[in-house]
Amino acid sequence: MELIFSTLINGLSLGGIYAMIALGYTMVYGIAKLLNFAHGDIIMVGGYIIYVFLATNNPLLAVAMAVVGCVILGVCVEKVAYRPLRGASPLAVLITAIGVSNLLQSLAQIIFGSAPKMATVYDFGVVKLMGATIQISSLVTLGVAFAVMTALTLFVKYTRIGRAMIAVSEDRDAAQLMGINVNSIITITFAIGSALAALAGLFYLLKAPSVSSTLGSMPGIKAFTAAVIGGIGSIPGAMLGGILLGMVESISYKITAIAPYTDAIEFSILIIILLVRPTGFLGKKRREKV
Amino acid sequence: MAMLEVNDLKVYYGVICALKGISFHVNEGEIVSLIGANGAGKTTTMQSVIGLLPQKTGSIVFDGKDISKMPCHKIVKLGMTQVPEGRRIFQELTVYENLMMGAYTIKDQQKFKTDLDSIYERFPRLAERRSQIAGTLSGGEQQMLAMSRALMCHPKLLMLDEPSMGLSPLLVDQVFEIIKEINKDGTTVLLVEQNAGKSLAISHRAYVLETGKIVLSGTGKELAASEKVRKAYLGG
Repeated sequence: MELIFSTLINGLSLGGIYAMIALGYTMVYGIAKLLNFAHGDIIMVGGYIIYVFLATNNPLLAVAMAVVGCVILGVCVEKVAYRPLRGASPLAVLITAIGVSNLLQSLAQIIFGSAPKMATVYDFGVVKLMGATIQISSLVTLGVAFAVMTALTLFVKYTRIGRAMIAVSEDRDAAQLMGINVNSIITITFAIGSALAALAGLFYLLKAPSVSSTLGSMPGIKAFTAAVIGGIGSIPGAMLGGILLGMVESISYKITAIAPYTDAIEFSILIIILLVRPTGFLGKKRREKV
Repeated sequence: MAMLEVNDLKVYYGVICALKGISFHVNEGEIVSLIGANGAGKTTTMQSVIGLLPQKTGSIVFDGKDISKMPCHKIVKLGMTQVPEGRRIFQELTVYENLMMGAYTIKDQQKFKTDLDSIYERFPRLAERRSQIAGTLSGGEQQMLAMSRALMCHPKLLMLDEPSMGLSPLLVDQVFEIIKEINKDGTTVLLVEQNAGKSLAISHRAYVLETGKIVLSGTGKELAASEKVRKAYLGG
């Protein structure tokens, strides 16, 4: 019973992190129609910013700076690397994204060296819940992740900018005919995605307090997997895919026989979903109506 | 003075020249149509005027301002919009949300509510279906929604690209009736149609496009009577 409960909490909190990163992938894909493979590295940059500002002994300031820094970085990456390629072939954009990813990782190594840095943000301690020992940081992660997802859902559904985002993702030209400035909507999307990535970086540090230049690589790929499983371009899909993947990972780690194969299991799920339902769980095929 | 003045507009898709330098104008209060066969360049003309096709040369002046280098969303704010070919309503949004998107440039909530009421009055079908997902509407209802959505931003000039496409004959008549009404209410209309007969009948003036060039122009009546137009576009 304790085992089930602690697995559930861990799975949900890990899933919450994946979902937050997956939202960045899926929103950018939905609105700008590009796969931002540098998204995972924004997490890493967020981690380093937290590390740097922890020197002030003010964890909240460090987190705030990470969010601001990542938003600025995300918006700049879009302006410098992706905007000139608007209308170019998807392959060119994809290669650029991989280039940006390499650039960020290399810059991090040049600045901070290749050895991981310790960054203990805050020790929340543990709590006994239903007989299980639970890291309070997991509960915080879970709580913040769900709050952020709810806020984002409401934002997209009920604000002018949110609706403009849906309009651009559905039909860019028609959205322009409404007077929507597509470029600024894309900028806002990158800003939101990068802020979520910064938070994801924080939660990673709460789980394991060490930053290296590859901090964002695996979470990035996992979250991308989650976004595709849920249906790329779909916001609820990213949340569903993230939570699902987090749960699978958390359960798989608890079963000794399959624990070493956890990553393989997660990526196998992706392959199976792609074979059975290529649009993912909540992705839609566009149908033309005449 | 002309509301829209297009001069020597050329558009290339790669090396293919889609518009070979066309000039036309639309006066305030008019209905002007561009007719022509498939591939004549009608949609290309519409899209380059509204700023969706940036690769073009020539001058486009709207309401005294040069808009040839302006992005689409700025042109819309100046008071011109378009009902695109194939309607292009937002399928996943409700009817109401689609109309709300149409009023994106209108910041005044009171004005939005008044406009919404008048649209619902004119199209009771849309009022009945206001909270329905737009993708589930019939073709005719989608066309009504697309036109209403465009009207929500109070355009001085409304462009319609093939509004009768894919509709039943009864609905086609209704669409042309509505265009006449919109024009009577003070909106200038630029219409692109393959249904040459019906569009000439409601147009003050018209231009005939053929493979990227304007080959004929005149009043709606003149063109409808012209031998060439009758042979090529009116079926004898």
